[in-house]
Amino acid sequence: MSRVNPGAYRAASARTIQNEPGVRDSVGSATRTFDANRVRAFGQIDSERWRDWARDVKTHALTNLDRYLEEAEMRLLANGAHVHWAESADDALRVLADVVARHDIRSAVKGKSMLTEELGVNDHLEQLGVRVRETDLGEYIIQLLGEPPSHIVGPAIHKSLDDCRRLFHAHLGTAPDATPETLAAAARDALRQDFLAADLGISGGNFLAADTGTVALIENEGNIRLSTSLPRVHVAFVGIEKIVPRLEDLSGLLQLTARAATGQPIGNFVSLIQGPKTNEEVDGPEEVHVVLVDNGRTELLADDVAWEALRCVRCGACLNICPVYRQTGGHAYGWTYSGPIGAIIAPGMLGLAKALPLPHASSLCGACVDVCPVRIPIPDLLLHWREQAVEEGLTTTAETIGLKAFTALAERPDAFSAAGALLRWTPWSAAGRSLPILGGWLQERSAPHPSQKSFRRLWEEGIE
Amino acid sequence: MTMRVALFATCLADQFFAEACADAVRLLRHLGVDVDFPERQTCCGQPAFNAGYKAEAARMAAHTLSVFEDAEYVVLPSGSCAGMIRSYYSEISDEGPALDLGKRTFELSQFLVHVLNVETLGRGLSGKTVAYHHGCHALRELGVDSEPIALLSGAGAQVVPWEADKECCGFGGLFSAKLPEVSAAMADRKLDTLPNVDFVTSGDGGCLLQLSGRSQRRRVGASGVTTPFRHIASALWEGVG
Repeated sequence: MSRVNPGAYRAASARTIQNEPGVRDSVGSATRTFDANRVRAFGQIDSERWRDWARDVKTHALTNLDRYLEEAEMRLLANGAHVHWAESADDALRVLADVVARHDIRSAVKGKSMLTEELGVNDHLEQLGVRVRETDLGEYIIQLLGEPPSHIVGPAIHKSLDDCRRLFHAHLGTAPDATPETLAAAARDALRQDFLAADLGISGGNFLAADTGTVALIENEGNIRLSTSLPRVHVAFVGIEKIVPRLEDLSGLLQLTARAATGQPIGNFVSLIQGPKTNEEVDGPEEVHVVLVDNGRTELLADDVAWEALRCVRCGACLNICPVYRQTGGHAYGWTYSGPIGAIIAPGMLGLAKALPLPHASSLCGACVDVCPVRIPIPDLLLHWREQAVEEGLTTTAETIGLKAFTALAERPDAFSAAGALLRWTPWSAAGRSLPILGGWLQERSAPHPSQKSFRRLWEEGIE
Repeated sequence: MTMRVALFATCLADQFFAEACADAVRLLRHLGVDVDFPERQTCCGQPAFNAGYKAEAARMAAHTLSVFEDAEYVVLPSGSCAGMIRSYYSEISDEGPALDLGKRTFELSQFLVHVLNVETLGRGLSGKTVAYHHGCHALRELGVDSEPIALLSGAGAQVVPWEADKECCGFGGLFSAKLPEVSAAMADRKLDTLPNVDFVTSGDGGCLLQLSGRSQRRRVGASGVTTPFRHIASALWEGVG
């Protein structure tokens, strides 16, 4: 995928902050609303216990991944579904291409799915000559704009109501000052035609219950329900980390995910898909394909610290609370998954060299620790990747020399305080901008004012 | 028996908040505590640790452990450095001594409230309006939340509600220099929501440098003066009256 470019994070985030202040306003207000809703929804349950439970279920599933995946496969096959194993994005796209060719697919509808973004499904379908329509309202908006999602749950979070008014005025002919209700109704009318015309429905999968071979999907708009039941063929792309042992586990996980994501007790629609329609059923696809996607996940699982990130249920709560994410939205991260979760899974899934500087895109404020429904220790994992970067020599020479010199000084108290005196006398504003660390500081802030005398000196002179 | 406290000034406050450290000494002495300043102290290692230089951080932790080996209590004018010792030293140095030092280590306001059981200092801040910035590590690693606010209010200050008081200021050590644009935008969020007060205070010098430095930069060319930013040690010493 050409869009993968975390390396440009600093430039991209700076550009957004400086040139698109509206993004910060939209993202800031939407994430604060999401988070306030989460706080309320967590307050209605014993969220500490729920989160412990969810952590344990997901950890158990990940530590027995092979067993549960095979069980899920067996069940799905028994239910009449087709199961495919995709080690890479290319493998997953080949499965899709085969389905398209075999069924002579001309048009597809899609439910919201970050995995299909990760895989580049839309671009691939278009290359195959298939017209593909995103049917989630937020996804529909960004598809019309030709942009990737900016948030795991709210893909168009960076857009304002006025942005949508202009877009729909141009594409759907709504009034320039249309109400949100009118805009939604116009999208609904347009999408209805796409649903009726589509011969392929594509979805992701929030969970996959091994004991019954059940793909579970959460949503609010009913578009996933339609995408997975109206067209004659349904392809579900499911990350292998989505596995849970039992159908019963979904009851808690679906509720907790919705509470963490949007503050709802549960999504407006929950679809549980086990296979194609049976002879007795009127609705549903004739053929269901479940594509189990690895694409870097087993690499992440093999990391004895960072594997915990695979518990993620993609609720977006860590994005919503993150003061770094709030300044830019998701595009600056240069990858499908943004925010704190993106920064800890990117090094495992893309390779650390490619994922830098994302593990550094955090002040380590720790706000995300309190919100994660599956208790991923996000700051610890950010630190882990920073340590890996040092170990693998992926840091700048200036930084390495600087920190090693600082450490050597810190072990020699006299030299340390002499260096401190030198620092206090440096004419920062004049000399600093060309220096590696000071330069970054002075670019955005006035030079700090060191004390007249160090505290050490004051102590020696005697404190009255 | 008089309580003895070793002050860990921290490398940043030693250079940039020397008077605040002196005020911490005055405050502790006023409360009947004997204060030491172990002279071999340098840096807790947090900058290296947060940048991923674990081996270097471990060396600084070992040094700091040896400096404060015999201290009854270690008090820091920094929630962040106190958090480093309490939460992370056991990961990077001898677990036993590290956990032991952690138990003896306190951020200043935490020490006043939980060890000295201070309820009120005086009325020295009567009539003052104050905004308190929660340093992230004081808040989330140490659980310091109501303590500084109670001490400020107890000294007569009106602590004015601040919508973003618990949001990160964007300092984050090297983060502020590596990704200065995002870091500054985070400070802007704090400053944009700052209520009109006599001064802003916090228990962490890093946060204060970030907020005051950004505040001054934003005022360049503008006529107004920036709200003063003061370390909580100085604010509390003033609170004694």
